Amino acid sequence: MRDQSLWTWHVIAGVVILVFLGLHMGVMHLDALLGLFNPEGGHPIDWGNVLARMKSGFFTVTYVVLLGAALFHGLYGLRNIVYELGPGAGLRSAVNAVLWIAGLALFAIGSWAAWAASRLATTL
Amino acid sequence: MPPALPGARPDFIQDIAMTNGNSEHVTYRVKHFDPDRDQAPRWQEYRIASSAGMTVLEGLWQLKETQAPGLAWRASCRMGVCGSCGMWINGKARLACNTQIAELESSFVTVAPLPNFDIVRDLVPDLTPMFDAHTVVLPFLIRSDRAEQESPTVEYHQSREELERYLQFSYCIKCGCCMAACPTFATDALYSGPMPLTQAQRYNSDSRDDGFGQRKTVLAGTAGPWRCHYAGECSRVCPKGVDPAKAIQLMKRELVLDFLRLRRHSRPTDLVEKPEGIKRRPDIPEAPARTV
Repeated sequence: MRDQSLWTWHVIAGVVILVFLGLHMGVMHLDALLGLFNPEGGHPIDWGNVLARMKSGFFTVTYVVLLGAALFHGLYGLRNIVYELGPGAGLRSAVNAVLWIAGLALFAIGSWAAWAASRLATTL
Repeated sequence: MPPALPGARPDFIQDIAMTNGNSEHVTYRVKHFDPDRDQAPRWQEYRIASSAGMTVLEGLWQLKETQAPGLAWRASCRMGVCGSCGMWINGKARLACNTQIAELESSFVTVAPLPNFDIVRDLVPDLTPMFDAHTVVLPFLIRSDRAEQESPTVEYHQSREELERYLQFSYCIKCGCCMAACPTFATDALYSGPMPLTQAQRYNSDSRDDGFGQRKTVLAGTAGPWRCHYAGECSRVCPKGVDPAKAIQLMKRELVLDFLRLRRHSRPTDLVEKPEGIKRRPDIPEAPARTV
């Protein structure tokens, strides 16, 4: 990918993180005020509340989107750091390949975990 | 490099030194490097008389006249216009002609060639990488009416607002101070640096220009503005107030909007219609014939 598209996605991922991480923080730390996402009451990480959120397709999608955005944003930043060390063209290609493979693998694992948790929650 | 001849020092420098009774002494700490003789740069100290209003460049001339005849540097206009005398002076990239010794507020004047470049000799940096990167971004008006550009008949239309979009960036004198101050350019060989990117933005912002697409082939890639961390040092040291950091951020925005297909593409401005019924006054002579 060219740097123009990578940077644009980097910015978009930053906005997504801002929104979805904000949502996560709101659910976890502001629920006393919001009272929207923890139907069982008590602490947001109580079993009943976690189960309720995992049953919700909205939260499954939220986690997957947040995971994708955070991975892309972070790995692109890592790529920039490596590039600033002045690697040659071959090493740059290798870095790109490793980061893409690592990113896709982590995304696949994380997405599977979110999906599996959702499936498990619906059976309980 | 000016010739190192006795008597080459401009008279006005001597006038300043002689007529001002408030003469003090400062120590010049100068970096020397002769690629034919030295393995590495070395520092040498000199003590010279300074006076009110004396610039670092005038001090260098005095040094050359009295103590270091072989000292080499670039300088030309002595008035902050040509951009030749960019140097690293007391830890900051500055124009030697535009920096008075008094403003350094120190009895030591440390002078070195601009960092981030190879040294040709003494205080002369090799600016070739900067000018190579400058060339690559096509720093000129790109239009389809090439015949009109080569043999202009009238002017291109440009409003005051359109002029304001790039005017600040056009004050650049290519002194290299921004490149020397840039922490990214210091470590990242792929980064074009503030000066070339600012000039690319200067032409991309020009309403007469239609070259965004051509420049994008370079700017959208690794050499583009993407590795700028917005340290802002380029804008801090720029002796002409060009603000390269701003230009680079504007360029990022333009390129992001372009990727998202949200960039407004406007046609380059048309020619101004030739005024009719205007006669040249008889006391105004004809313009001389073109020589180029």
